[in-house]
Amino acid sequence: MRYTVVRHLALTLAAAAVLLALTYGLEPFRNYQLATAAAYLCATAGLTVLTGLSGQLSLGHGALMATGAYPVALAQNEFRDRDISGGWVLPVSLAIGVATALVAGLVVGLAAARLRGPYLAGVTLAVAVIVPALTTAFDSVFNGDQGLSVYIEPPPLSLGATFPYERWQAWIALTGALLTMFLLTNLVRSRYGRHFRAVRDDEVAARLAGINVARTQVLAFVVSAACAGLGGGLLAVLAQSVSPGAFSLTLSLFLVMAVVIGGLGRLAGAVWGALLLVLLPQASHSLTEALSLSPSAAQRLDGNLPLAIFGTTLVVVMLLAPGGIQGLLARLAGRFRPRPVTAPDHREVGTS
Amino acid sequence: MKRTAKRRSATLPVSPGAPHRILAGGVAVALLLAVAACGDDGGGGGGASVPGVTDTEVVVGTHMPLTGPASAGYSKIAPATKAYFDLVNTNGGVHGRKITYKIMDDGYNPANTQQVVRQLVLQDKVFAILNGLGTGTHTGVLDFLASNRVPDLFVASGSRSWDQPKKYPGTFGFNPDYTVEGKILATYIQKNFASQKVCFLGQDDDFGRDSLLGVEKVLGPTGVVAKEKYVTSNANVGPQIGAFKAAACQVVVLATVPPFTALSIGTAARLGFRPQWVVSNVGADYTTLSGLLGENKALLEGMLAVGYLPSQFEPDDPWTALFKKVNDQYNGGAPFDGNIIYGMSVGYLFVQALQAAGKDLTREGIIEAVEKGGFRGPGRAPLRYSADDHSGYGGQRMTKVTGTTQEFFGPAYETDEADGPVQEYADQPPAPPANGIPAS
Repeated sequence: MRYTVVRHLALTLAAAAVLLALTYGLEPFRNYQLATAAAYLCATAGLTVLTGLSGQLSLGHGALMATGAYPVALAQNEFRDRDISGGWVLPVSLAIGVATALVAGLVVGLAAARLRGPYLAGVTLAVAVIVPALTTAFDSVFNGDQGLSVYIEPPPLSLGATFPYERWQAWIALTGALLTMFLLTNLVRSRYGRHFRAVRDDEVAARLAGINVARTQVLAFVVSAACAGLGGGLLAVLAQSVSPGAFSLTLSLFLVMAVVIGGLGRLAGAVWGALLLVLLPQASHSLTEALSLSPSAAQRLDGNLPLAIFGTTLVVVMLLAPGGIQGLLARLAGRFRPRPVTAPDHREVGTS
Repeated sequence: MKRTAKRRSATLPVSPGAPHRILAGGVAVALLLAVAACGDDGGGGGGASVPGVTDTEVVVGTHMPLTGPASAGYSKIAPATKAYFDLVNTNGGVHGRKITYKIMDDGYNPANTQQVVRQLVLQDKVFAILNGLGTGTHTGVLDFLASNRVPDLFVASGSRSWDQPKKYPGTFGFNPDYTVEGKILATYIQKNFASQKVCFLGQDDDFGRDSLLGVEKVLGPTGVVAKEKYVTSNANVGPQIGAFKAAACQVVVLATVPPFTALSIGTAARLGFRPQWVVSNVGADYTTLSGLLGENKALLEGMLAVGYLPSQFEPDDPWTALFKKVNDQYNGGAPFDGNIIYGMSVGYLFVQALQAAGKDLTREGIIEAVEKGGFRGPGRAPLRYSADDHSGYGGQRMTKVTGTTQEFFGPAYETDEADGPVQEYADQPPAPPANGIPAS
């Protein structure tokens, strides 16, 4: 077990080194996109653990991201108003965001552990609808649809006066994403990870093996919500604003689609999902631009094409590669590799 | 229990592969993004020192609600601006530069605005952001634009936030600010509906708040009997309109975007509540509203509003005639309404600013040119840009819906956003240039 942790740590550091080099090679906008993907990765990784490993569906993860984002906004602005600054301020704000999301996750998780199938989906869907509505109900705090701006200190001067702001943002978000991935890979490999899978595959068998099913499910929900909270907090930092529109029901559904397309049940699939969330809307915009359509047709396509592409991709992926992108890659890689005699069951998709 | 666990991990070679896949994924990400970044060099300014400007082109961008809750009507603005630029481009452009206008859809969602404006500035490297639409949406990108020193010209909203030359030196408004508008509307109400109960429905952002501020500056803090607000994400104004009915309001001021103007008027009719509607300019275009209300458009009869640009209902106005011609020629003859006139007026002003900024176009240069001011165009109210005034048009004129037209009446008024008086503004707009393009 300790050996595993050390190896994960080494891998994380290696990934960090690669990504650090990457941030120096990218243009500002690409760094911003990388940062956004990293923020989404926190949420998609958490959702993968919840849905892929523990077998619980959540249609409310976008809203859980909001429960992490708003506290970050409020904390950052509070620190500024009190003239408190320093390198520790942002991590503390993000921690407050994660803690809030964790509590929200605990509440939802307690309800979720008692529900199955469509009822679970219904409760989480309600969360996705209610949380944005709360921001308009308490608009003196959350400022309704317009949302709050988030004060972020500029990069430390020690990095140089002309240090690109977007690279700094990428560093912040990637740190969060790598930390999340490191913790989750270890969690997945731990006793708790095995409990998650056991509960997902067969609750009765898991109970017979002495696993407390309800507690395991709540734990999975709390972990997943905390990750979503961090992702939301990071998004708030990147956009320097929070508004309910950023955490709409569409985002929640997109997150589910992203992890399914990426490859449910594999943390690496979450990486693909996060990338898709960033690249697909932009790709569809370039597409409508390149097609040189009539203004009205382009206008109609522009906002709707990403949805259509996402939906079509989902259908195609489900038909041709139920394991998602990552499952497909693993299968392709397996073709060039001698198959292990035990023929391990790679299909971890929670279809049961 | 422990034994089982150990045995499982010993026999199942599933897990050890996972980290490698993660690493592989990470590297794949890296490569993908690197490739994406490499393929993107062509679009830049060709090594020129000013982003988005070459000897033959100037690239500007905007964010618009092409989809979403505010798209009805507003989605026609940017294509109209683009059509006007096409007229200019076919006549040789400005100082030899053709204007390329990049229109991004943000769905009136502040979160999307963040994304698309970054794309315009960082990736498409636009020279300036022109006429970005929306109070809540645009407020979120002010800091970003200021820290990147991007000129942020003629914002399509009347929030007072655009007029902060010290904090946002590159940001200029276009619309009369909502406080100015509120004061003019309230002055009319004070004169003509003196003893009636006045109520107010506003969007729950700076749009509604600034407007209410203006109304109360004239009517006093107790002059508005009932105040309600709405959010664009909730398409039900039943409770608000119900409250007005209960308060027996006789005059209702609406600081609403067109879909919510239509929704409010329709909802009131269903509740059997028929007050005098007095509507903000941004939510009052008759063509847009009658389209939204369909067969119930007769409900708009008598609606009072304000305007500061030529009206589509005055075809003899030389500016209206010009814009109609450009619309037919370059905009595929789209249904001609106030949004099209608005979009073209913005285009005209931007070309004036480009002309004034001179041949050596720089970001500082165009800001200086706008601050120098002195622009005369289609507007019926004064444009007062200066080093310490970045707000847009400084006045409005009342309009009224009669039958199927919406016509100006009475004099134009001007005022400021503070406690200055509401005064008549007598100047008439000059005739447009023969070819429709402002001279340098």
